[in-house]
This record gives sequence, structure tokens and C-alpha cells, in this order.
Amino acid sequence: MRKIRLVVAFAMLLLMAAPGPRRVWAATAPGSAPATAGGTSPIAPDKASAGVDVKMDNFSFTPQEITVKAETTITWTNRDDIPHTVTSTDQVFKSKTLDTDDKFTFTPTKPGTYSYFCSIHPKMTGKIVVE
Amino acid sequence: MADKMADGVLLNHNQLHHDNDGIDRRGFLKCMAWAGTGAVCVVQGGVLRSFALNSPEAKRAKGQISFVQISDSHMGFNKPANPDVVATLKAAVDKINALPATPEFMLHTGDISHLSKPSEFDNVDQILKSARPQEVFFVPGEHDVLEDEGAQYRERYGKGTNGAGWYSFDKSGVHFIGLVNVMNLKAGGLGSLGAEQLEWLERDVKHRSHSTPIIVFAHIPLWTVYPDWGWGTDDSAHALSYLKKFGSVTVLNGHIHQTMQKVEGHITFHTACSTAFPQPKPGEAPSPGPMKVPAEQLRSLLGLTSVDFVRGKRSLAVTDSTLA
Repeated sequence: MRKIRLVVAFAMLLLMAAPGPRRVWAATAPGSAPATAGGTSPIAPDKASAGVDVKMDNFSFTPQEITVKAETTITWTNRDDIPHTVTSTDQVFKSKTLDTDDKFTFTPTKPGTYSYFCSIHPKMTGKIVVE
Repeated sequence: MADKMADGVLLNHNQLHHDNDGIDRRGFLKCMAWAGTGAVCVVQGGVLRSFALNSPEAKRAKGQISFVQISDSHMGFNKPANPDVVATLKAAVDKINALPATPEFMLHTGDISHLSKPSEFDNVDQILKSARPQEVFFVPGEHDVLEDEGAQYRERYGKGTNGAGWYSFDKSGVHFIGLVNVMNLKAGGLGSLGAEQLEWLERDVKHRSHSTPIIVFAHIPLWTVYPDWGWGTDDSAHALSYLKKFGSVTVLNGHIHQTMQKVEGHITFHTACSTAFPQPKPGEAPSPGPMKVPAEQLRSLLGLTSVDFVRGKRSLAVTDSTLA
């Protein structure tokens, strides 16, 4: 566990030290992400490859907290009538501004807890726990 | 809903004179509740009075300085709450142009655009070109600084400003301070001014006489209106502490798309309506999103604010007008 933490920490240092725009592990232009297979179950799927959906509506991320296995693709869809972003609090990922029906995907590869929020409406927060 | 007056005078006309301390706050709040039915609440010499809307006393005081605040035009928004924000912004400009005395200038307290798109900023500029007061002072809203940390906003509206776009200027002896509290927002937080801006503010007001009337304008309210919805500014207390010595401070904000007032000692806080869409009152909806109302009611929930400063009384008359 300690080794994994070190690896994650080192990886984050590398990412933060990288010059130029922040790198994201997985990013999709708004509106162009393919629909994820399967339903919108908030619980960790049996297969790591099945996707998990999070929706944005009423200034909330729903489900607010999800637990997934590494390599699971998470897809956020904005169902609100106001734009939002998906922004990691640790600068791990950041979507463009997502208007209604726009999508953003992220596929974590390392276990850990990833807190995020909407940078436009910072009271809107969410969490991904990657096992 | 208030009834229309036969002579076409506007509905929901609030007028607040803030002369000095000793205002009976409970009475003030009660009077504000009457305002929706067409009364005007005025504080004169610390005493609350209400007048019928069309009485001579209710007419707007002639001031040495008068300007208009508009806010939250959200150019580019096109959802059911208002499919035509161009029309409602134009209606606001028409209203301004129809005022008996042309205001000297305008303040726009942010969310000029909806998605920070160049075409959205261009459209607002185009519409404001037909406003009689041609001088407009802006501060950005969170919708104006998307994707580029506000670079485009500053290029268009922030020439000569500091940092993210804060600045001050003087008009007729009144000191205006434009603050930016929509940058670097932290998860779970409210609006934020930041250390650099606070230091600038402290220096900016340090040597000014306490009799200088101060008007601060910023997008997100500088008092905590409703924290659950992010309606407040984390570090505004510091800013307000630098303004404590002044005898008259007025804070003009937007962001919440409804009018709200609060008086605290020498400081009057006031938020303006949006020209685009209304938002619910605190806690009256699951979220602070655009509030859909029947089409015929929309314009009665949008509006602008006129401000007159009456020299010698140290008072500001803040008058809200709706678009219908």
C-alpha cells in the first residue's frame, strides 16, 4: 500500500512538474465521448472495463461518491441547464466547460481517492475512490 | 403579483435612502415586504417611511451622481427559463434610455456572457452601444472567465486594471472599487478575493478621508446570503474591515439574480436582478439554477438598479426597477 502511495505521489509530482498545460490522463472534447456500455450503476462493476456514469444536475454530481476499480472509464454528462466543469482538486484531471448534454470521461489507472468539484460552482463536489 | 399602475409606473419599485445609523432594521424589513405591492420605503433621518409609488416624495432624489447597475446578462443562455436573453437585455437598455435623467455611466456586475465565448461578449457590446450612458465599468462573473483564466475578459474590459481585473476610480468625489471574486475558487468554497487583491484594497483606501463615499462592486455577494448555494465570499470580512472607517459604504453585487438588501452599520449591501433569468430565493428550490416562470411573468423578475448619490446627506438612493 505504501509503495502504491509512493508511486501515485511520484506520478503526481511528474504531472505537476510538466511544463505547459496540465496533462490529463483521459480527456474527451465535449459532446464527442461515446456512450458508455451498460447502465448507470453507482456501485463498482464486476468487470473493470465496464463504465460508470455520473450525471450533473441541479448543481450536484450524482452519485456524489463512486467506488471503481482502476481502468474503469467514468463518464460525466451534464443534464443541468447551466454549464459545469469536472475539476480534480489535485490537478489530476480537468474538463472543459460542459454545457447541457456535454460529456467528459476520465479513466483512473492508479488506486487512490480523487476529489473533484465544479470550478464554476465550487459548492458542487464529488469523489472517486479507485481500488 | 403586484398590479400594474394606470400611469405605467413600474412595479416592485424599492427605494432605500441610507442616511446614517440607527435604522430600525425590523421595521426596514417589514417595509421592504410592502415594496412588492407598490409602496416605496424611504429612510429619512433614521426613520422609516413608506409612500405610495406615484407620490411626489417617492420620486427619485436628484443626485450629484447617478448611475445604473445591470448584471448577469448571460449572453448565450438559451434554455427555457429565457430563450431570448438578447431581447431582455435590449429591454433593460430601453428602460435605461427612458429614465427621466440619463445616468452618467453604468456598472455591469458580471456574468456578461454565459460561456465566455467571443460572440457572446460581442453581442453584449453591440447591445450596450445603444445605451445612452456610454461609459460602462465591468467586473467579471464566473461565467466570464471560463477556459482562459479571464484573459479574454481582461483584454476586452480590464485594460488598466490590476491582477485578475480589480481597480478603482473616482467620480464626483465618490470612490468606486471594482473587485473580482470569481477566480481560483476552491472546492466547497464560496467566492474569493485572494491575498493579492486584499493587499491592493488595503493600500487603495488607506489614505482616503473617512468622509469619502465608497461604492464597491463585485459579482458574487460580499456578504453571506446563502452559503449552501455558494452565495457569499470566503474572505470578504477582510475587505470590509478596510472599509470600516468610512461613513458611507455601498456594496453592489449580482450573481444571485434577485434583489436583496442588508444594512450593517455604515455599509449597505445590495444585489441586483439579472437581465437574463431569475433564480429562486434561498432554499426555495433544490438548487440555485435558472428559475422557469410563465412567460408573461419573466420580465417582472428581471431588472436593473439605479443609484443616486445625494451629496451632503451622505446617502445613496438605490432603486430597483423590473423590466415589466
